[in-house]
Order: sequence, then C-alpha cells, then structure tokens
Amino acid sequence: MTANLISLLVLLPVALAAILAMIDRRAPGLTRTISLAGVAVLLVVSLGLLFGGHGNTPQVIELGGWAAPFGIVWVFDRLSGLMVVLTSIVAMLSLIYAVRRDEDSAGPHFHALFQAQLFGLNGAFLTGDLFNLFVFFEVLLLASYGLLLHGEGRKRTRAGFHYVVVNLIGSTLFLFAVGALYGTVGSLNLADITLKLPQVAPDAVPLVTTAIFLLFVVFLIKGAAFPLYLWLPGAYGHASIPVAALFAIMTKVGLYSVLRVDSVMLSGNSVGGLVETTALIAPWLLWLGLITLLLAALGVVAGRFLRRQVAYLIVASVGTILIALGLVTGSERELAISGALFYWIHTTVLSAGFFLLAGLLMRHRPDAGDGIVAAPPMPRAVLVGSLFFAYAIAMTGLPPLTGFFGKVMILAAALDSPLMAPIFAVVLVSGLIMVIALARAGSRLFYQSQATPGHPAHPTPADARKPLPGVSLTVAPLVIAAAMVVGAQPLSQWLDTTAKQVATPSGYLDAVMPDGILSPDTAPGKFGRDYEDYEGGKH
Amino acid sequence: MTNLAISLLIGVLTGAGVYLVLRAQTFPVVLGLTLMSYGVNLFLFTMGRLHTAAPAVVGATDKSADALPQALVLTAIVIAFAMTAFVIVLALKSRAALGNDHVDGTHIPQANRVMDRHEEPRA
Repeated sequence: MTANLISLLVLLPVALAAILAMIDRRAPGLTRTISLAGVAVLLVVSLGLLFGGHGNTPQVIELGGWAAPFGIVWVFDRLSGLMVVLTSIVAMLSLIYAVRRDEDSAGPHFHALFQAQLFGLNGAFLTGDLFNLFVFFEVLLLASYGLLLHGEGRKRTRAGFHYVVVNLIGSTLFLFAVGALYGTVGSLNLADITLKLPQVAPDAVPLVTTAIFLLFVVFLIKGAAFPLYLWLPGAYGHASIPVAALFAIMTKVGLYSVLRVDSVMLSGNSVGGLVETTALIAPWLLWLGLITLLLAALGVVAGRFLRRQVAYLIVASVGTILIALGLVTGSERELAISGALFYWIHTTVLSAGFFLLAGLLMRHRPDAGDGIVAAPPMPRAVLVGSLFFAYAIAMTGLPPLTGFFGKVMILAAALDSPLMAPIFAVVLVSGLIMVIALARAGSRLFYQSQATPGHPAHPTPADARKPLPGVSLTVAPLVIAAAMVVGAQPLSQWLDTTAKQVATPSGYLDAVMPDGILSPDTAPGKFGRDYEDYEGGKH
Repeated sequence: MTNLAISLLIGVLTGAGVYLVLRAQTFPVVLGLTLMSYGVNLFLFTMGRLHTAAPAVVGATDKSADALPQALVLTAIVIAFAMTAFVIVLALKSRAALGNDHVDGTHIPQANRVMDRHEEPRA
C-alpha cells in the first residue's frame, strides 16, 4: 500500500500530463479541474506519507521487482518526502495563481507541461539511481523549457535559449560523470557505489575522483551556485509569473542532489583507500556558498525590476544553503543540515510567493509594471505594500519571520567551524546589502508616486477597494512562514531527526542493499565483465 | 590501437563541440551541442570496454559484453535527439522573434561587423 502511494507521487503526474495533452484546448475548464485535482492529490498523499511516519525508515521500491543494484530503486525517506511536499505546496500556489489570473491560457499545453514538470521533480527526489536521476533531470528540464517559453515574449525567448543551452551542456557533463563512474566503479545505484568506492583499483582513483567532482559541477549548475548561476536571473526574471513561482523548487533539485549524493555516496570513507571522501566536496561547497551569497546580494542591489531581484534572492538562498551543507565536522553537521532544511522550506515557499507578488505589481501598476521606478500608485497599494514589507523582512532574514530563524540555526552550527569569521561576515553583510536593496525597492515601488497621463499621483478611493485577484495567494506563503515560527520547536525537532537520518546514511544503505555488496561470483546477474581489465590499463 | 583511436575520436568530437558551443551564433551552438552529445554517447559506450566477438548475452560465448552501457547509450541517444530537435526549433523561433541569430539576440550593425574578427560573415 505504502509502495503504491509512493509510486503514485511519480506516476499520477505523468498520467495526467498525457491526458491533459489530449484534452487541453477542447475543454479548458476540465483541464484546469483535472490539473488542480492532481496537484491536490499529490499534496494530500505526500503530506499523509510524511506525517504517517513512512519516511522514518527509508522505504525502498524496487521497480519491476529487481533488487538493487540490478534494478532501479526509488527511496522514500524523510528528506525526499519533505522535498515532495514542498514541490506540491509550490505547485499548488503557482497553479491556482495561473488559473485565477488566466495565465495558463497564454499558450497551449500549460497544464500538461506543468504535470510533466512535477513528474520529473518528484522522480528526481525519489530515485536512488544515478542514471535514473539523469533521466528525471531531463524530464523536468524538457518540461521546464516548455514552461519557460510559455506565453512568448522576445526577452523570454532569448533567456530561454541561454537556459536551454546551459542545461544541455550540464546534461552532457552529467553523462560523462555517470559513464566514468559506471566504467570504474561498476554500478549506478547510489548505495551500491557507496559500498564499492573503497574497493576501487588504485590506478582508477583519479578517474573516479574526477567523475565525482564532475557530478557535483552538474548539480551546482542546476542549483545555480557561483560561477554557474548566471543563467538563473535571466530565465527566472523573464518567465511568466506562475512558472517563475514553480521554478522556486528547481534550484532545490540541484541542492537536494548535492545533499543526497554527498551524504550517501561519499559517506564510505575513501575512494580506493586513497582519497578521503567525507571532506572531498564539503569545503568547496562552503567557499562557493560564501561567494554565491555575496554576489547574489550585489545582484539584488543591481536588479532593476522586482522579478530580477527575487531571482537573485533565490541565488542568495542557494548560497546560504551551500554554506550550511559545507559544514562537515561531527555533530555540527547534523545541526547545519537541520538549519539548512528549515531555511530551505522557508526560502522555497516564500520566494514562490514573492514572485506572485511581483506578478500583481506587473499587472496592476500603471505603466511601470514591476520596474523599480516611480510610477502612479497601484490599486490596493497599502495592502500590497504591507505584503511586500513582510516578504522583504522574511527574505532578508530579519526577525520575526522565518528567514531570521533559518539563518540563526545555520550560524549556530558554524560557531565551531574554523571558518566562523568569514561565514558570519558574509552572511551578515550580504543580509545588510539585501535589506538596503529591498528597502530602496520598496520605497520606490510604494512611496514615490508620479503622475502620468490618465493616472493621478494620488490613489483614488476607488483604487483602495478595487479587487485584486490572486492577492490571497501571496498571503498563503506568509501564513506558512508564520506557522513555521509559531511551531518552530516541533518543526525543528522533526528536522533534527531528519538531519540525523541524512547525516547517518547507514539506514539508507541497509534499506537499499540489505545484503551488502553482492560479489561478482554470487550475484545472480553476473555479467562477464572482468574487473581485471582495468589493471594497469594493459588490456 | 582501437582504444587509442576511440579515445582520440571522443576527444575530437567533444573538443569540436565545446569550440562550436562558444560561438556567437545559434546554429554553430546547436551543432556544437550535437557533437558533444556524440562524444558523450561514444564515451558511455566504451565504458563497457571494447570487446570483439562478445555478444551481450551471458553464457552464449566465453566472454560476454556488458549490456548496461548499451542500454544507457540508447537512452542517451534518444534524449539527445529530442533535445536537439527542441533546441533547433527554439533557435529558429528566436531568429524569427529577435530578427537575428546571435545567441544574445543583439543585432550587430553591419558597420561594426569589420571590427569583430571572430564573427563569421553572414550568408
């Protein structure tokens, strides 16, 4: 039963994508209903699985009944469950917005692509196999290409081309990494690779290490870390609003892969007894996170319209999470992962909401859209301005909202780090820079009003009552954030346990590979691959 | 000898692909992506090692080839094919929407063209 429900998370969206592609334009109302119902089911099922405690020990689904490492496995644990829940929440927000604001009818097949995107996302979060991860990456990317270009626009086409080319290069690198790992380690299953890494032949060690680094380069392209984040502001800043909101989860796929592969695959001490793995990637993550955060803060200052600023806020959150993932030593690591996950939930939900808010500005601000310039006041300016204020506080990490608590948890984990000084300096200074940038943006957007022909400089009483469809959707993420603050204690306890599960991967390894390594002689699927082939490269 | 030839071929395909991807017009970029995918497909294939007279059937002969890289390569070819089709359509679309085929969509006026030595003359 549990296995069926977990499979439903992946299979329902792909089935709906196929159905919706057929009925799309013929029955727009039905299309919307089915699409919304599908996401609602995903949300309910994923929340049910998570709160039902099904992720407490990793649940393994062997596709086709083939045991790992011979078949592909999907693994549902607390981390992947949390990711699927986040995906569903963000998808729900963005889909309701798209329907309310009629954004889905700007081009064909919005809903089919949307469901295909969810298929790829949920699959990537659940899979325990590197090549399967590649395939789900391709699924979600191909859907995201379609969604990004949804609704046309010259700038969108240009940003879309950059996004597609960068990601295709990333996919090529992914294949090189996966191929090299398979050719040397002899497996694609994450748990199996973990067990086999210490046994790699000494002369294959440089190749394996290179492949591991290449793998993380790919994840960091998807996750938008320095120096590979430059595609993000253009793509997210020009996508249609519901798509940009959904993309709030996209960088998290890269970060999730970093966390998953780092915590599982590199937990096995060494590559071939020569290269230490536990500290192989983390120091890089820390430094890249610091640089990403600082540059993203400058990007927020330089943003000339709100969507671009929000896109840079997403990059900043990637930097912050990478800093936390880069803290390695001992119990501090669990603390850091727990803090990172708290911040992770906060930033995903709120940046999606912030994009929706930018969408309201775009539609209703006369002449200027979401450009950070003086313009005539928009309808319901007091309400929208207050919401902007709340978002700005939360996203820059000022108390009392969630960004503050997330940052405090991460900084608390960094207290014992030898790099405490640079971490504190960068996190606090970049926070200050972002506060200044958003304060400037807010005062331009809501305080400085300027009359244009047909629009007076002062709001009319009618403006204050004008309905603003979709505004309640920008309140929802703030409600979630407030709930996270009120329920911070149970939530962080839950996240501590999750972090413990992530940081001690023995549970994951036992669940996927209960018998340990199957030796080539006893394995039922023995192929005539001779590992001696590799020795000395004499073959 | 075959190993060397195949390695060189992968290197040349990927190198040419990287060079073309760095060009400023969309068509060379698309070609470059295609060449890179050829390179990586060949690379994946060789990860099962190069054997002769070794079918991918266990027990049929003394030595059997690893079937998995062959399956991986098939998947990768299909995906790369679909992606190439998509990126070609996108390149055509951006050519139509932006009026030129520069990757940044910025039109370079004819007068400045002489200055840009790395730009190939437009057909």
